[in-house]
Amino acid sequence: MATAPSTPADEMPLVRAVNVLKSFSGNQVLKGIDMDVHRGEVVCLLGPSGSGKTTFLRCINQLETIDGGRIWVDGDLMGYEDRAGTLYRLNNKRIAAQRREIGMCFQRFNLFPHKTVLENVMEAPIQVKGEKKDVVEKRAIDLLAKVGLADKPSAYPGQLSGGQQQRVAIARALCMQPKLMLFDEPTSALDPELVGEVLTTMRELAETGMTMIVVTHEMAFARDVADRVVFMDGGVVVEQGHPKDVINNPQHPRTQTFLRRMAAEDHTKIPDPAPMVDGTATDIL
Amino acid sequence: MTVTTQSTDRPGVIHARPVRHPGRWLGVAIIVIVVAMLISSLVTNPLWDFGYTFQIMQQKSVIQGLWLGTLLGTVGSMIIGVVLGVILAIMRLSDNPVLRGAAFVYIWFFRSMPRYVLLAVLATGIGYLYNTLDVGVPFGQQLAGAVGLESDLTFFTFRWDDFSSTVWIGILALGLSEAAYMAEIARAGILSVDKGQAEAAQALGMSSGQAMRRIILPQAMRVIVPPTGNETIAMVKDTSLFIAANIITELFYQTTLFGSRSFKIIPGLMAATLWYLIVCSVLMVGQSYLERYFGRGYGAVPKKTKVKIMKIEADH
Repeated sequence: MATAPSTPADEMPLVRAVNVLKSFSGNQVLKGIDMDVHRGEVVCLLGPSGSGKTTFLRCINQLETIDGGRIWVDGDLMGYEDRAGTLYRLNNKRIAAQRREIGMCFQRFNLFPHKTVLENVMEAPIQVKGEKKDVVEKRAIDLLAKVGLADKPSAYPGQLSGGQQQRVAIARALCMQPKLMLFDEPTSALDPELVGEVLTTMRELAETGMTMIVVTHEMAFARDVADRVVFMDGGVVVEQGHPKDVINNPQHPRTQTFLRRMAAEDHTKIPDPAPMVDGTATDIL
Repeated sequence: MTVTTQSTDRPGVIHARPVRHPGRWLGVAIIVIVVAMLISSLVTNPLWDFGYTFQIMQQKSVIQGLWLGTLLGTVGSMIIGVVLGVILAIMRLSDNPVLRGAAFVYIWFFRSMPRYVLLAVLATGIGYLYNTLDVGVPFGQQLAGAVGLESDLTFFTFRWDDFSSTVWIGILALGLSEAAYMAEIARAGILSVDKGQAEAAQALGMSSGQAMRRIILPQAMRVIVPPTGNETIAMVKDTSLFIAANIITELFYQTTLFGSRSFKIIPGLMAATLWYLIVCSVLMVGQSYLERYFGRGYGAVPKKTKVKIMKIEADH
């Protein structure tokens, strides 16, 4: 059994995961993940598809229930209550309350298509936190300006480009004033020319001191913005450290193979403007 | 070698012969003949008697039947059907096998039950079993007898006969039946909403009830509304089955009563037909407005939202 963290709350990392296990119908996806993320830290999770990085991210805010191990966010044990060593599953209401502190952006944006951009951003603070409409509206408009969409409050998501939609999704998550932001491959579903605007928004967010965990394939972003990169493969953390060390000088052979392949893909992307392979590859993603 | 073409030699505007469609012309001819036969019948056969038809349509008892039987019956049974149907749909999608099973059995039973038979069972069959309906603790009378209580654990009682040939029994019967169909429609609607929507709502800290009410059902409505409109229109027509429950304040019964009393059958039937056409036409217009409203964000923007948007934009 994992020991409860003994450090006082202010010294404790914002996210502490200990021996996280998760399997889907017999397929062990996470095989004991340990990870600490400190306040203000930006951590990028790298790794080939199927390595479990997205699953781990979803476990943090309980979109997946874990089979083993523990996850604490800001000192709260996620999903369970520990009463004298016995774990009690929290009811949906309390799990929902825990999620309020955590913002999440999805690969497919998942904006609410029947609501305008402004309504999307304002929905949760009003409905979930019961905040006053005028207070939320002011904050929502500020946030939309910050993500560069001050002119789009009344558009419907279907009228926006993918990059704009993802920036709205970021503003929507931030409007709940979370302690932690999770990004699940936020640029993977975007056309290449739209990736930059989303990464810029994320970079600006990182500069404000937000704690972020980002699952990404954008090596340049990881190198420039992350405080730490974590390389995962086969459900375990293979290697982690400062981005320059891990990306430029990987120690583990699996990290080396992965980075070589990513570099090769990057290389072929640039000179060849319309290869069929590129199109099908994005479709598969 | 180069080919130089004079401008006069280059092909110009096309004046081609169109493709012939003999099948279409045949169809048109048949339609023209049928319409001509119909008009000839209406004009030459005095038994149509549209003057008397219009008179029947305006009779007080017919109008009363239209409002208190057909329209009240439709609205009432659709309210029961939609509310109960959505609850059944959510039950069918539940993780709890008992809730899932109960919803399944309900839907199986009421979809197998003809509405005419159901009306008869509820109106006369229940009254045959019980003169009064007592609502209380199950086996309350037996329990109270065994323990020796004064009360028989009944909370309230009403006489079935007071209820059995009123429009309310018709509304109950058609509403229960409709719920089974609405459950399937609502389930299809809920399943049509992308799973990511529920996840996004959850990730924002919404409870599953909030996610259902604020995010999933409004989007499911886009899929639910068109078939619900069809169900409503079908329900208008199914209220003509009310006679199975001895409900006589109803459009069809009242118009045919005039027809058979005066031996003018067709004017009686036509009076009902024309009223049904009018009511259903109005409902179809309403349905198209509803579809526009729930289709927002998917193309057509409703006028009311447009005004709201302009106001928001003016404020900023």
